Amino acid sequence: MSAKAQTLIGLLGLAIVAAFLILTPLTLHRYGIYILSEWAVMTIAAIGLNLTLGYAGQVSLAQGAFVGIGAYAAAILTTHGWPLIAALALALVLCFAIGWLLGYPALRVQHHYLAFVTLAFSTLAFLVFRNEFWLTGGTEGIDGVPRPSIFGLSTTPDLRYYYFCLFVLVLAALGALGLVRSPWGRAFLALRENPIRAMSLGVDTRRYILMAFAIGSTLGGLAGVLYAPLVGLVEPPAFALTLSFDLLMMVIVGGSGYFAGPFVGAMVAVLLPEWLRFLETYYLILYALLVMALLIYSPTGLVGIVDRFVVRRRTKAASAARAALSASIERRAS
Amino acid sequence: MTAVLEVVNLKKRFGGVAAVDGVSFDVREGEILGIIGPNGSGKSTLFNCILGQLAPSEGDVRLDGRTTTGMRPCDLNRLGVSRTFQLLQIFPKLSVRNNLILAAQEHQGTILTRLFGRRDAGLGEAADRMIAFFGLDHLATEPAGGLSYGQQKLLDAAMAFMSGPRLVLLDEPAGGVNLAMLANLKDRLKAFSEERGATFVVIEHNMEFVMSLCSRVLVLAEGKVLAEGSPAEVRANPTVIEAYLGR
Repeated sequence: MSAKAQTLIGLLGLAIVAAFLILTPLTLHRYGIYILSEWAVMTIAAIGLNLTLGYAGQVSLAQGAFVGIGAYAAAILTTHGWPLIAALALALVLCFAIGWLLGYPALRVQHHYLAFVTLAFSTLAFLVFRNEFWLTGGTEGIDGVPRPSIFGLSTTPDLRYYYFCLFVLVLAALGALGLVRSPWGRAFLALRENPIRAMSLGVDTRRYILMAFAIGSTLGGLAGVLYAPLVGLVEPPAFALTLSFDLLMMVIVGGSGYFAGPFVGAMVAVLLPEWLRFLETYYLILYALLVMALLIYSPTGLVGIVDRFVVRRRTKAASAARAALSASIERRAS
Repeated sequence: MTAVLEVVNLKKRFGGVAAVDGVSFDVREGEILGIIGPNGSGKSTLFNCILGQLAPSEGDVRLDGRTTTGMRPCDLNRLGVSRTFQLLQIFPKLSVRNNLILAAQEHQGTILTRLFGRRDAGLGEAADRMIAFFGLDHLATEPAGGLSYGQQKLLDAAMAFMSGPRLVLLDEPAGGVNLAMLANLKDRLKAFSEERGATFVVIEHNMEFVMSLCSRVLVLAEGKVLAEGSPAEVRANPTVIEAYLGR
């Protein structure tokens, strides 16, 4: 298949997905729109984790904590009369700075040791959310987080807020795409594949590790800022370790290190359980079995299955081209 | 000719074992210096101490007269020092072209221009020239992991040259390479040295490769310099024959 045909198929696929995301909510009730909005928000957080883990290869079990930091920043400021944009600015700066600091342990420890360091941070953040009553409202959390007005247009109606989340998701995705296609993305991959060789080629691995943590965490914070007005209530259990594991699952199930991975992974994590609800009390059991079966069949996630198919086709085409070339050389020689 | 690299009384101890034990030598501009020695003689440890992968226990490393002992590998690379490793170290999932662009991108612009600037960091043409120089034209867009071992060795060497280094340290570049590919690799190294005036330090077990490529040879044994001289002098040195060549 030519490059032009591939681009055309890609654009067509993108148009179908865009049409689905724009038109489907028009047919849905409130809960359906809420679930789609949650998908958009969680996808942003998963994109951030995919940058840190999938591209740069740095294990993090703290992404849920950054969603929490973003959500509490939004809840605290907006319930005190500040606009959401101010909360957004604060959350992004805060998450970038804390994410940067969280990157320092990664300069010394890696893999499961790093996972435990980030897990400890996640627990620490949860304890702050739960115990610092004066700031976070303690176990009761913060209720009545308002939805913002965009250019005078209120996003209180669910459909409007969904479109707002979708718009932010598109911006975040474009930003992440620009990053992974830039020399930074190449440096992140080098960091994941072979940090020693990367360093010998001038890649400042220390700086890139810190940036991978900081940028990934910032996207977690951005998701949190959208999450607070979506739910209206911000309370500690929502940002416990379970959320970090959920986000990790989204990245792994979707396809770690693939750009489309978080989109597909968040769909599996957020939408699939809803589609399985007809099974009533058994739906979560089947869901867990499906996820296990998928990871056994394809450890590189759902996008990895597509990638394997594409690579197989390319290899076949290349072999056929080589065989044709050899045959023509032999014909000319004889 | 001035010394590009000076190694002064370098020592590296691992517990009670002195892997490198007071090694001193210098490498002059445009020279190809070969380092030979039996397995365990401290060659790769010496490289790792020079290049900041390991902190030396004692001694100094100077680049153009400036002390660089303990400097990080990425900072040394930006000063114009490049290397290959004993084992192949390419990025198998990246294409051949992207491997080469990666090998020099950190020398281009600033960290911000590398984020917001061109995707190839302005290195696309240079990468294509390097691909042609090493005869890998037909493989430019292939994932590096799909190349044969010999082709990967060529790519590994090409990556070390991509940033236009002044000093290149090659650790067993001929290891596992077939004869045809070896001749090609030697030609490329010689051509690179002549065309760009780069200085080389080559660790190698393949005597024929070292003797025909290098202008001077340093022999290591048990972490110490056993002999130093032209390939002919080293080949005729009785101590070397006894300790290393074994005849």
